[in-house]
This record gives sequence, structure tokens and C-alpha cells, in this order.
Amino acid sequence: MNFREYKIGSRMFGVALGGSMCITLLLPSLDIASVEATNVSMDKQLTAGYETGWNVYDPLMLGHHKPIKVLLKTDPTSGKAMEPEYAYVYEKGTPFPGGVNHPNNLGGRAQRLSLSIGKIGEAHSGAGAVFLIKTDDQKRAYIEDATITMGWNPDAVLKAAGDENVSHAGAGKTLFVREGCWWCHTLLPEQTQDWQVFGAPPMLGDFNGESPTAFGSDRKAPDLLHVGSRNSSREWMMLHFYNPRLVQPHSIMPRFDYLWGEVDAEGKKIDYAKWDSEFNAYRAGKRDVPPDVPTYAANSEVRWLIDFVLNMK
Amino acid sequence: MFKYLFSKNEAIPAGSSAVYFGFSAIVWFVIGTGLGAFNASKLAFPDFVHGLEFVSFGHMRQVHVHAVIFGWISMAFAMAMMYITPALGNTKLWSEKLGLWNCFLWNIGLSVGLTVLWAGMTSGREYSDFPWFIDIYISLFMALPLGVNVWMTIINRRTQGIYTTNWFFAAASFMLIIVFIVGNLPEYFHLTGLTEAYLTWWFAHNILGLWITPVAAAIAYYTIPKVTGNPLYSHRIGHLHFWSIVVFYSTPAAHHLMSAPLPEWLKSFASVEGVLILVPAIAFVSNILMTMEGKWNMFVENLEVRFTVTGALLAIPLNMQGGFQQTRAINWYIHGTGWIVAHAHLALLGFSTFMEVAAVYLGLQTILKRKLYSITLGNIHYWFLLIGFTVYWVSMTIAGLIQGAGKIYEVPYIDVVIAEHPYMIARWLGGSLVFLGNCVWLYNMWMTTRVGTLVPKGRMPHELAYER
Ligand code: HEC
Ligand code: HEM
Repeated sequence: MNFREYKIGSRMFGVALGGSMCITLLLPSLDIASVEATNVSMDKQLTAGYETGWNVYDPLMLGHHKPIKVLLKTDPTSGKAMEPEYAYVYEKGTPFPGGVNHPNNLGGRAQRLSLSIGKIGEAHSGAGAVFLIKTDDQKRAYIEDATITMGWNPDAVLKAAGDENVSHAGAGKTLFVREGCWWCHTLLPEQTQDWQVFGAPPMLGDFNGESPTAFGSDRKAPDLLHVGSRNSSREWMMLHFYNPRLVQPHSIMPRFDYLWGEVDAEGKKIDYAKWDSEFNAYRAGKRDVPPDVPTYAANSEVRWLIDFVLNMK
Repeated sequence: MFKYLFSKNEAIPAGSSAVYFGFSAIVWFVIGTGLGAFNASKLAFPDFVHGLEFVSFGHMRQVHVHAVIFGWISMAFAMAMMYITPALGNTKLWSEKLGLWNCFLWNIGLSVGLTVLWAGMTSGREYSDFPWFIDIYISLFMALPLGVNVWMTIINRRTQGIYTTNWFFAAASFMLIIVFIVGNLPEYFHLTGLTEAYLTWWFAHNILGLWITPVAAAIAYYTIPKVTGNPLYSHRIGHLHFWSIVVFYSTPAAHHLMSAPLPEWLKSFASVEGVLILVPAIAFVSNILMTMEGKWNMFVENLEVRFTVTGALLAIPLNMQGGFQQTRAINWYIHGTGWIVAHAHLALLGFSTFMEVAAVYLGLQTILKRKLYSITLGNIHYWFLLIGFTVYWVSMTIAGLIQGAGKIYEVPYIDVVIAEHPYMIARWLGGSLVFLGNCVWLYNMWMTTRVGTLVPKGRMPHELAYER
């Protein structure tokens, strides 16, 4: 065994690799860590919750243990009408998102406001919580735990909102990741040209607390970051997910009919084979109209996915 | 092979782990390219097979990518390390037993990992898609034992110097572990937001730049001199290659996110460093091509040389693309289009795969001391791979340019989808050709182990190529 010059070589290697990691890891993380959260990122993380990629709370990625976003029109304690406002309901045991668990994720000012006025430091996931996004008198956004500040509890808020104002966008984002929508769709209008079609590119602070960001790198389909503003029709989404070729004959998007599950909204068993053969007959010109798409059940996976898509304004 | 897992190290025939790794790699290559062809068919004909979650494109794509990267490419690398490292140190592999266990655990881990991905259990981070428990398994039971075997073999070598190839092997297997640990920090510690996005691409960039590219090149530094009998043209250039990989290739991760709101200094820095990748690239290609001097006839006559040199030649367009497509001037046009998919396959299916195919051909023949069963089938394999790849690359590049034009001229998206359709079909056909070629290869190698002519002691398999 004869080392000599290789000792020097190995040390040089350490210095080179260490130096490179210093520039590409340490400096950027310091820089990124100081980014101030915008209200967009507060909305995104409160909607999606702790994690929408693989995690121990939801190992099979079924969309469990996710928050619910509701549009609140009546005050849950007094029952009186109020200025409509979004509330993010974390039922008992639902893990909190990054910014609530680690408020320093929110960046200096938003962190201070959220802790001092918003009281998020006192939130406790064992008890559940209802979060709001508030702005102070100088229009600076922060997160507020309404369970602490106003005594709103999750059940009361869900009840006050009513089913039609409930969005399972957080569970839907899990499905977005699980079903690999991001292999075709991006969530990142580029800073150069294409935002004129797909909407404004995100800003520096629009991602704090979000995981995974699922930007997508390989675009074979329209960017979806603002799709809800382009097309807000549930009906269209339903047809399109069941079979994209119903509304767009040239689409290469896969069918997501299996997200309907076993039964439709009325509890009837869905006969996929029959639908298929009728659709084939339609395509072959043997039928004038395509078969009807079954209405999805209120707790079906596709409902969550549509909630998520329509929530991307 | 399984019986050796529990026998004494001394009782295991030398080269067993290389053979085991080699055949695993070929099988994963067949599976991986089969999945690739299946995916391609779905992008051409979305209703091809439908109605089942398990065959939907979104569930299958990452399975293809990880089967080819960690099954085919990385196992072929491991196979190469298992026989080249000791050969260059004039010694035996440090532990055949560890090598066999390594391969066994590798196959198990990869199968579990791919199943998990297939079920949709993904971290949602491109290239680091495996959930973190698989990542930990990979670093501890796949990458670490490989590294230990390589490092110990090099330390126990019986030569004075360390040849360039072994420099690369030792460093790359170390960097693989580092990349796996650091690149997955977001999953271990739940880092979020831009940090997560950036580290995703830090991982992706470095798994390619510090593992796949250098090891593939290192293999060529062995195969070409070994088979042609020419000494390496220049060790100095080899060292330039090595050091510039470490310094330049490890830094431009941010160039994958040029259109994201990362800090501007980071993007500019990455972009400049990205152009500097041309330094190791040119060093490598020129070194290999100069080594061929006087032996260019072997490019035609010898299968291993033909594969390796084709790979080296493909590295030229690869690095020209790579160096410049990530600058702001070009990136805005082709970012996120099929151009990038074409580029990825130029790197992995073109440059890298051709190097490893040569190493596996050479290694299996040398260790088994058997001549290739059929040169004709070998030639068919070569041409199927080359033609299939070329069709893939050309069609996806064109599709990418169409997408780019559609992007900046704001063409309604569906028109872009329609315009791409013929190229999607072409890609599928090209990919299927690659898959068929690999089936032929598997058969050929299997027959080699069974009935290949025995090579007499002291001779190289390729010397007998045209003898009966
Ligand atoms: C194989 C690629 C592919 C996959 C996977 C895919 N899509 Fe699509 N998607 C497309 C294409 C192509 C279009 C454009 C044509 C059309 O409207 O169908 C599209 C259109 C859309 C649109 C309409 C966009 C607009 O601008 O109006 C939405 C919404 C959408 N997809 C959502 C999804 C979701 C959610 C998933 C995952 C469950 C998904 N897609 C998976 C290819 C894909
Ligand atoms: C039979 C031959 C092959 C076919 C048909 C094929 C097909 C595909 C397809 C359809 C995709 C998805 C691309 C997209 O999203 O647009 C893909 C991605 C990918 N494939 Fe292959 N592939 C083949 C061989 C290989 C080989 C041999 C490798 C590597 C050794 C490889 C590595 C990759 C990688 C890295 C990606 C991800 C690309 C990206 O992120 O843009 N493929 N492949």
C-alpha cells in the first residue's frame, strides 16, 4: 500500500467538492431562507397542509389527513352573516404545514406578525385548528389561528360553511402528485414568454412552506398554475377527467375514470365496460351522442382533484 | 449464484459479482426500455391501454426512468467496477461476497422501490421520486457497499500508481452517497418551498454529473486502451477531466430552474459554470479519440470499440447541447419541451448506455472466458440501438422545437399537441427498436454463457472474434 501523492489528491478533492457545495448549497440556502412569505404561499401551504408527497401520515397517498378549505359566509360562533372569507380547517390530528410548525419559514415580518397577532405559536394539532390569512393595517399578510384568537373550532366552521363551500384541494394536490399530472403539466408559467397565455409567473415568496413544489420540467400540456381562472366549469372538468377525448378529440391526456371509484353520486355501481363500448360505438360513428358521464360521488377522489384544479386561480 | 451468498469469500470464484451484476443490468435494461416503449405508446395513443391506475402514464413514467437509471445504468457501472477496479490494481476484488450481497440487496431494493413508485407513492420530486425510506436504503445497502468494495480494492492494489479510471470510480461512488444524502435532505427534514425545489434539481443534476457521466467516461478510459492495445493518449488530460468534473460539473444545478424565481446571482452563476462543463467534455472526447490513433480499423471490426467510440462521438452533440441550452439566450426557447427529453436520452441512451454496453460485453466475455455466442446478433444489437436512438432523438428534438415555437408564438396548446403527434409515433417506433435490440442482447449473452467458445488462457476474447 503506497499512498503518498494520493493523500494530497484526496485532500484536494475534499476541498474542491466542499467548496463547490458551499457555493451551491450553503449560500443559496441562506439566501432563500430569508425570503418573506407572500399571501400566495400562505394560501398554498394552508390549503395543502403538511406534505402532499409521500409522508408517514398518508403512506398510500390517499389524500388522508389533509386540511379543508372553506368559504365562510356566516360567523361560526354567532351564526350572523359576515364578509365572505376563506378559512383553512385542520381537524383533530391533521398535521400543520411548514409555516405553522416552523414559523421562521415565513420569513422575518410575516413570522413576527403571525406569532404576535396571529398566535400561531399556540396552535396544537391534537386539538385541531382553523387558520385565516389576515392583513394588518399596512396590508402585510400573516397567518392567524382563529381557534385561539376567536374560539372557532373546526367542526363549527365546517358546519357554518355547508358542503357547497367546502374544497378538498389539499387532498386533491396529493392526487395530483400521485397520479403524475406533473409529468405533463407544469405549475410554473415561465418568466420569459408564455405567461401571456398561462398567467403571471410566481414570485420569490410564493412557495414558502409548500412541499413538494411539483413545478414539473417536461411540459406536454398547458400550465395549470392559474387554470381555475381560465376555466372554472366543474361540468367541463368532470367530462374532461372521465375521458379527455369527450371535450377535446385530439388530447393525449390519459383518462382518469378510475378516480370515480366503485359507485356514482346516487350509489349506483359504475359500469365502465359498458361505457367504453358505447363510447367506441360513438367514435365509430354508430351512435350520435357519447354516453353520459356518471356523476361523481361527493367523497370520490375525482371530486378532490377537481377541487384542487379549480382552486388554482 | 445464490449459493455463494453464504459461502466463504475464498470459495467464491473471482468475477462472480461482476457476472451477477452484469446479468441483472441486462435484465433491467430489457425491462426499463420495455417500460419506456410502453410509455411512448401511451403518449402517441392515449387510449392504448386504459381504465387501470397501474398502467396510466403518470404511474409508469417514473418507473421507466428509475429502472433505467438505477437498474440498467447503475448496475452496469457496478459490474464494471467489480472487474475493472481489480484488473487495474493487478489484484482481486476486495470481497466477492460483499459484491454478491451488494447485487442481491440492489435487486431487492430496486424492485421494492419501483413497486412503491408504481403504486404512486412518490415524493413528487423529479429524479428523487423515491420516498425517503428507499433513499436511505439506496445509500446504505446499494451505494455504500459498492463504494467500500471499490475503495478497499484500490487501497489493496498491487500497482504503484492509480489509473485514471480508478480515480473516477473511487470518487464517483463516494459522490453518489453524498448526493443521495444531501439531495434528499428535503425529505429527511421536511424542507419546503424553493429550498425543496432547488435541492430537487441539485440532486438531479449531480446524480447525472457526478455519477453517470464520470463513471461512463471512466469505463471508456479502460475499454479503449485495453481492447485496442494503445496506451491512453494523455494522463494529464485525464486528470484535467477528473478535476474539472469535480469543480465545474458539481455547481450548475440551478440551470435546471432558469425560469423559476430563484435568486438571480445563482442562475447566472449556474449558467456560466454550465458552459464550463465543456472543459471536461472536450478533454474526455479528445483523449479517447486520440487514443484510437492507428487503430481506427477496430471501430469497424470490433464490437466493444465500436460501441465505446460511438458513445464518445455522441458525447460531442450532447455536450454542445448541454453547454449552451442552459444559457438564458437559448433556455427560454427550449425549456420544458421535448428537446430536453431528447437531450436526456442523448445523454443516457446515447452516450452513457453505449459505454456501458461495451463494458458489459467485454467484461462478461473476459470473466466467463467465453467468446461471444454470435457476432451477428451483436451487430444487430448495435444497429438496433443506434437507429432506434437516432429516431428517438431526431423526433423528440423536432417535437421540442415545435413546442418551443408554440410557446413563444402563443399557439393554442392543442394545436401543438396535434403537431407533435407524428413525432410521438416515431419516438415510439424508435424506442421499440431499442427494446427489441436489448431482447436480442439478452439472448446473445445467455447463449454465450452456455455455448460460447472457450477462450484459451492468455488471449482476449476479441482477438478470436473472427476465428472459428
Ligand atoms: C399524458 C399527459 C397528461 C397527463 C398525465 C395529464 N394531462 Fe391534463 N392535459 C394534457 C393535455 C395534452 C391537455 C390539453 C388538451 C386537453 O384539453 O385535453 C390537458 C389539459 C388539461 C386541463 C385543461 C387545461 C386548460 O388549459 O384548460 C386540465 C385542468 C388538466 N389537463 C388537468 C390534469 C390533471 C389534474 C391531471 C392528473 C390527474 C392531468 N391533467 C394529467 C395532458 C396530460
Ligand atoms: C426503448 C427505449 C426508450 C423509450 C421508448 C423511452 C421512452 C421514454 C419516455 C416516453 C419518457 C417520458 C418522456 C416525456 O415525459 O416526454 C422517457 C423519459 C426518460 N427516459 Fe426513456 N426511453 C427509452 C430508453 C431509455 C433509456 C435507455 C434511458 C436511460 C438509460 C432512458 C432514460 C430516460 C429518462 C432519464 C427520462 C426522463 C426524461 C425527462 O425528464 O425529460 N430512457 N423515456
